[in-house]
Amino acid sequence: MLKYVISFFASITLVFFITNKLYAAGDAPKPPNIDWHQEGIFGTYDKAALIRGFQVFQEVCASCHSLNFIAFRNLLEIGFSPEEVKLIAAEYEVEDGPDDEGEMFMRSARPSDYWPAPFANDKAARAANGGAMPPDLSLITKSKVAGSDYLYALLTGYRDEPPEGFELSDGMYYNDYYPGHQIAMPQPIYEESVEYIDGTEATIEQLSKDVTQFLAWTAEPKLEERKRTGLKVLIFLAIFAALAFVIYKRTWKRLKIKDTEE
Amino acid sequence: MSTPVPQNKVVQWIEYRLPVFSWAIAHGVDYPAPRNLNYWWTFGSMAMIMLVAQIVTGVLLSMHYTAHVDHAFDSVEHIMRDVEWGWLLRYAHANGASMFFVVVYVHIFRALYYGSYKAPREILWWFGIMLLLLMMATAFLGYVLPWGQMSFWGATVITNLFSAIPWIGGDLVVWLWGGFSVDNPTLNRFFSLHYLLPFVMCGMVFLHLWALHHRKSNNPLGIDIKSPKDTMPFSPYCTTKDLFTGTVMLFVLFVFVFYLPNTLGEAVNYEKANPLQTPAHIVPEWYFLPFYAILRSVPDKLGGVIAMAAAILILFVLPWLDTSKVRSARFRPIYKQLFWVFLADCVVLGWIGAMPAEGVYIVIGRICTIYYFAHFILIMPLLGRFEKTLPLPESIHQSILDKSLKSKTGNIS
Ligand code: HEC
Ligand code: HEM
Repeated sequence: MLKYVISFFASITLVFFITNKLYAAGDAPKPPNIDWHQEGIFGTYDKAALIRGFQVFQEVCASCHSLNFIAFRNLLEIGFSPEEVKLIAAEYEVEDGPDDEGEMFMRSARPSDYWPAPFANDKAARAANGGAMPPDLSLITKSKVAGSDYLYALLTGYRDEPPEGFELSDGMYYNDYYPGHQIAMPQPIYEESVEYIDGTEATIEQLSKDVTQFLAWTAEPKLEERKRTGLKVLIFLAIFAALAFVIYKRTWKRLKIKDTEE
Repeated sequence: MSTPVPQNKVVQWIEYRLPVFSWAIAHGVDYPAPRNLNYWWTFGSMAMIMLVAQIVTGVLLSMHYTAHVDHAFDSVEHIMRDVEWGWLLRYAHANGASMFFVVVYVHIFRALYYGSYKAPREILWWFGIMLLLLMMATAFLGYVLPWGQMSFWGATVITNLFSAIPWIGGDLVVWLWGGFSVDNPTLNRFFSLHYLLPFVMCGMVFLHLWALHHRKSNNPLGIDIKSPKDTMPFSPYCTTKDLFTGTVMLFVLFVFVFYLPNTLGEAVNYEKANPLQTPAHIVPEWYFLPFYAILRSVPDKLGGVIAMAAAILILFVLPWLDTSKVRSARFRPIYKQLFWVFLADCVVLGWIGAMPAEGVYIVIGRICTIYYFAHFILIMPLLGRFEKTLPLPESIHQSILDKSLKSKTGNIS
């Protein structure tokens, strides 16, 4: 049977290989593969990068993009202290109510509030962005096939001039990695867009890497807990499987002994 | 030799009124299984583990899930972020569906290889196919629940297939939707049915096992049990083996749950459903891909739907299409090879299902679709007539004795 299994997989691989070769050409450039800190079995988030990335998000992206699934209190998880979280929240106003008179009112945000969206609704967001809708960024790295690699490539993939012969529509920008290359988002990150509190040099690459890691965290905040638990569970199951194997083999030995007795 | 019911007073009190203990012992301990069962016979119990796991995680997820178009997506994210161990429940349930299909597909191909569908196991085989159909329905309905882009558009594409039915198609689709498009009423009924069908499956598993225990398991030699010497009691022999392979399966499942939780899913399903924006490619989950490829291989919509349905329904008549008297592929030299060709055909169909329907892919898809049906309609009936089968061993027990004799004298042949 082994012979069949091997030739089966060999022929399948061959078919896949040939047709993939035939069809590989013609696609948009693949985002370069980056070794993110959070990748791999033991990968964890780079906390300093998350804090810097938050600053980039807050100072650059937040003016156009919402971050609906993140509450101020969640910032505790990336290393902000409760006092800092209170201060950050207090910079924002959120609508509350109705009060005893039945009126809605504005108050400063508390840690339990969710990140306020920059626009009241989708229509307002489109109106302010030339008809294009800036998507919510909470899950952006999970909703793209290439994930963080794509986001980083997108942020660093702008060109001042489209290549010769490319027709760029009005109010659109050329990007190497956006599908179709025309994107309605102007290049958001430039050299020194943000002055980092921790003094890190704010190159385009640095800013993009940091905000990408921050957005990877907003998409998958339980990543570290998941991998930590996973290791324990898998070690337990491996030991349990080994024990079960021994028990199974010992039990079946009895059957064999019966045969030889006959 | 049957194991006695424990002498404990409570046990005896119950046993006198309802013989659950002797029943459980007869079916879970004393059940005579063929001595020569190999690892492929452990996938049935793995499928049972997965059914239970899906029900347990599903019931817990339902406690936090909201079946409403405005809240479904957010409630799943709430499970992922705020519910204690919610991320684990959801990843276990989503990847559990894939694991379930893996073990069930292996289970089915095992039956195809060893001829387990042949007399006297046709009804047992029918229940198995019905379980597959129920499982597909359940997984499709469940995939709609998180209300992401692929949930919505997958539901739209698949429900629209019913519109191909002549005369009543249009009305039928409106009736299925509960409106004029996939919308809140659709999501609500899908949740209701997604909760219901797994319990129907439990009943079907019962019937499946009833038929199995009535005519007993097939085995790698495909010959009947002739004497008690050919069998072993289910416990401890099958139970210890199933415990081992079940644990290995859980290990594989948890590798995905903890380290590759989104690898098998579609990225765009993390975008909330948007009826105004169609995703670039609409692809079903991997376990539907071969059938999706068959659907798209037929240029006509109704024809495609019929072909896709026929791809599964043809399994119901397989016991009569296969004319060979010999069950196991071990003694069918040609079928043994064509089995792997058929499996390869299904894998290639699965890969075609994931590719855009254009150029070379359409051609490969059509060839594989034709081969898929040819395997059942042409190869199986003819092969049974013309194939020279090898001599069958006298009995299961004898073949075990021969084997151990061979290994002792050193394999001379
Ligand atoms: C001036 C407003 C504005 C700012 C500032 C801005 N964006 Fe955007 N963004 C947009 C708009 C508008 C779109 C929609 C583009 C389209 O549909 O063509 C968009 C789209 C995106 C997309 C989706 C691309 C895709 O493939 O669909 C991502 C990711 C993104 N922005 C990330 C960011 C990040 C990260 C920042 C901060 C560094 C940022 N944006 C800052 C307006 C903005
Ligand atoms: C045959 C067994 C089952 C299969 C194959 C199955 C399959 C699925 C699938 C594929 C999803 C989508 C997962 C995702 O992408 O998020 C899902 C979601 C869901 N299922 Fe099931 N399921 C089964 C049983 C159950 C049962 C018994 C229940 C409830 C009692 C249940 C409740 C849910 C809920 C609430 C969701 C939505 C949450 C989510 O998307 O994670 N499931 N199911």
